[in-house]
Amino acid sequence: MYKVLTGVLDPDSVEDELEMATVRHRPEALELLEAQSKFTKKELQILYRGFKNECPSGVVNEETFKEIYSQFFPQGDSTTYAHFLFNAFDTDHNGAVSFEDFIKGLSILLRGTVQEKLNWAFNLYDINKDGYITKEEMLDIMKAIYDMMGKCTYPVLKEDAPRQHVETFFQKMDKNKDGVVTIDEFIESCQKDENIMRSMQLFENVI
Amino acid sequence: MAAGVAAWLPFARAAAIGWMPVANCPMPLAPADKNKRQDELIILNVSGRRFQTWRTTLERYPDTLLGSTEKEFFFNEDTKEYFFDRDPEVFRCVLNFYRTGKLHYPRYECISAYDDELAFYGILPEIIGDCCYEEYKDRKRENAERLMDDNDSENNQESMPSLSFRQTMWRAFENPHTSTLALVFYYVTGFFIAVSVITNVVETVPCGTVPGSKELPCGERYSVAFFCLDTACVMIFTVEYLLRLFAAPSRYRFIRSVMSIIDVVAIMPYYIGLVMTNNEDVSGAFVTLRVFRVFRIFKFSRHSQGLRILGYTLKSCASELGFLLFSLTMAIIIFATVMFYAEKGSSASKFTSIPASFWYTIVTMTTLGYGDMVPKTIAGKIFGSICSLSGVLVIALPVPVIVSNFSRIYHQNQRADKRRAQKKARLARIRVAKTGSSNAYLHSKRNGLLNEALELMGTPEEEHTGKITSLIESQHHHLLHCLEKTTNHEFIDEQMFEQNCMESSMQNYPSTRSPSLSSHPGLTTTCCSRRSKKTTHLPNSNLPATRLRSMQELSTIHIQGSEQPSLTTSRSSLNLKADDGLRPNCKTSQITTAIISIPTPPVLTPEGESRPPTSSPGPNTNIPSVASNVVKVSAL
Repeated sequence: MYKVLTGVLDPDSVEDELEMATVRHRPEALELLEAQSKFTKKELQILYRGFKNECPSGVVNEETFKEIYSQFFPQGDSTTYAHFLFNAFDTDHNGAVSFEDFIKGLSILLRGTVQEKLNWAFNLYDINKDGYITKEEMLDIMKAIYDMMGKCTYPVLKEDAPRQHVETFFQKMDKNKDGVVTIDEFIESCQKDENIMRSMQLFENVI
Repeated sequence: MAAGVAAWLPFARAAAIGWMPVANCPMPLAPADKNKRQDELIILNVSGRRFQTWRTTLERYPDTLLGSTEKEFFFNEDTKEYFFDRDPEVFRCVLNFYRTGKLHYPRYECISAYDDELAFYGILPEIIGDCCYEEYKDRKRENAERLMDDNDSENNQESMPSLSFRQTMWRAFENPHTSTLALVFYYVTGFFIAVSVITNVVETVPCGTVPGSKELPCGERYSVAFFCLDTACVMIFTVEYLLRLFAAPSRYRFIRSVMSIIDVVAIMPYYIGLVMTNNEDVSGAFVTLRVFRVFRIFKFSRHSQGLRILGYTLKSCASELGFLLFSLTMAIIIFATVMFYAEKGSSASKFTSIPASFWYTIVTMTTLGYGDMVPKTIAGKIFGSICSLSGVLVIALPVPVIVSNFSRIYHQNQRADKRRAQKKARLARIRVAKTGSSNAYLHSKRNGLLNEALELMGTPEEEHTGKITSLIESQHHHLLHCLEKTTNHEFIDEQMFEQNCMESSMQNYPSTRSPSLSSHPGLTTTCCSRRSKKTTHLPNSNLPATRLRSMQELSTIHIQGSEQPSLTTSRSSLNLKADDGLRPNCKTSQITTAIISIPTPPVLTPEGESRPPTSSPGPNTNIPSVASNVVKVSAL
């Protein structure tokens, strides 16, 4: 739903090399968003204010997203993981995260059921969205996570630490040992693990 | 439909009564007025300043923030007003846009701040009214150029890891500061240019007489020496030119550039001289060619930015210079003609022809006045004085334009340098901020663990250590902590990391593991740790007095060898009473000034997050039997 505002009052300003067609995106009405998500009006207002502050045009593109995300992880390189996160939020794959996408994702992550959250995590790991998590996909994700640690860690980060972590993960999750993890295997294994279940409730009070 | 006239729609519809008698078919039904709201006043609270306007005013432009439902996101239920945390000054312009339909750009406002505000309110800058549009565009272009300059210079200085040899060479030529070799090359060529120019000059100085002939210039007396010098210089110049030609990204463009033409002109005379024989006729031309050797002095413009600026100024003032030349020529011809005819009468006049008078006119107009040609008749003198007066005026006119151009370009260059320095400072500040935030996290981690340790001990008079962190900070630290737990590695600061790397060869894996401590092998340091650089606010200073005393006893402690039952300042040791475990180690007593670094056990938190299965929670008052641990205490 992108509307390009045309200069109604000043028709000569259409061609100008310095100006690109700026995309403005206005989100759905507050009431509609409230109905679609599990947030209250006040929470939506708070979220929108923060969103609009960083991205006055109404959409986040990948560059801005990476920049914002990297501010929270000063020691490492969070660009790869931010890329995966961006793809997870950008559900319609149009290269930009609008406020609706943002709220949809947050609504699942903060107010969704454990099932929905696990679904979201599965979607994050499944890079090509084919319904299976392969070892390569998991390795990419794991490397991205370890990249965020930077190099000043204790103990010293070894080269194969991500790979070993992926092996552990697959041992736990891949029930039929076919080398891929399906959504059912994933949800089943997670539901069996108490730690994971407990940590899913961790971020409820984010707002 | 232009939004402003929406208010007149009722009039147009009312006037449609005029069609009714004429119409043949029945009219369509009027649209139902479903939400007929009375027009209401909206209060817009922008950073405390309240603006009020009609709702319909704002709805004139439904594609903007204020005109659409987007403003509901900013509606404050309690005060029934819309609150915007933005600049009230610029909001004035924005609101005036809704009222009058014209967007104005205030001159005192910074262009990027204004752009940001427009972006926030969803207004495209194209609709700025004609009255302010020029100003806006100019400022915007200036800003964009400045940004582009910044980016260019930044790109030039970025280290691109995968450069081919050719590209590295080109970069070395263009920016001598990129590597030492380039700098050496730069200075060597500069030196040889100077040598060559001085040689050319000294060659012509008369050097004393050879008995039996007239005074010789030095060039002919020491001709071999000068020839060798010249050859050496030309060798260097040739090599440099060929290297530049090889390294240039676009050889064709390089050949056409001014600097390369100067290079070629500087070395050509030598080669032509080599080729030509010592023929009488040709040597005349050869002598002329030697004049071109003076062009070597222009090679200095690669070394001097001022020269480059001068050259660039002259190029950019070409039209003014052309005008100057043209007007001077006109004046010269006019006055020369007049003087010639005026002096025609007098005898033995030097003004033999009009071209001969040109010399007089030029010398007079530029106020040189050599005096080799002077008018003798009265008419000549009168016209001569008019000539000199007008000369001053004609020359003085275009000069300020050239000067102002030069000053503008020069200042632009200065500004570029200043911006580069500012950018470096800014990046340094960002880096400091980043390390600051990561250090804040590590610091608060230590504080957090000290806190938990104190809680474990259950001493009644415990105080909470550390400074009060804001909610955002503590949430951020929680996030980083979660990342640590995910990867099972911890953040540490750079110095610790380097130390770990150094001592990883001397690590001792403890045979027994304390159940309450980390499951990672401890760090061992030798006596020679030397860490006095870091000075962070000691968490100890907030400890309760009893602990402080014990800490002071620690001030004679040291770092141990691995065989000793070590002292740790980990949590468990804080469980000890003051006299117990803190006995100074007699073997290696050294005071090191360093920060307290608790080898943070990565796993244990009382909240019961996931931890490796070997450890168990709970207050543990055993002395840990970790064989090796780092104890570095600051001398309080």
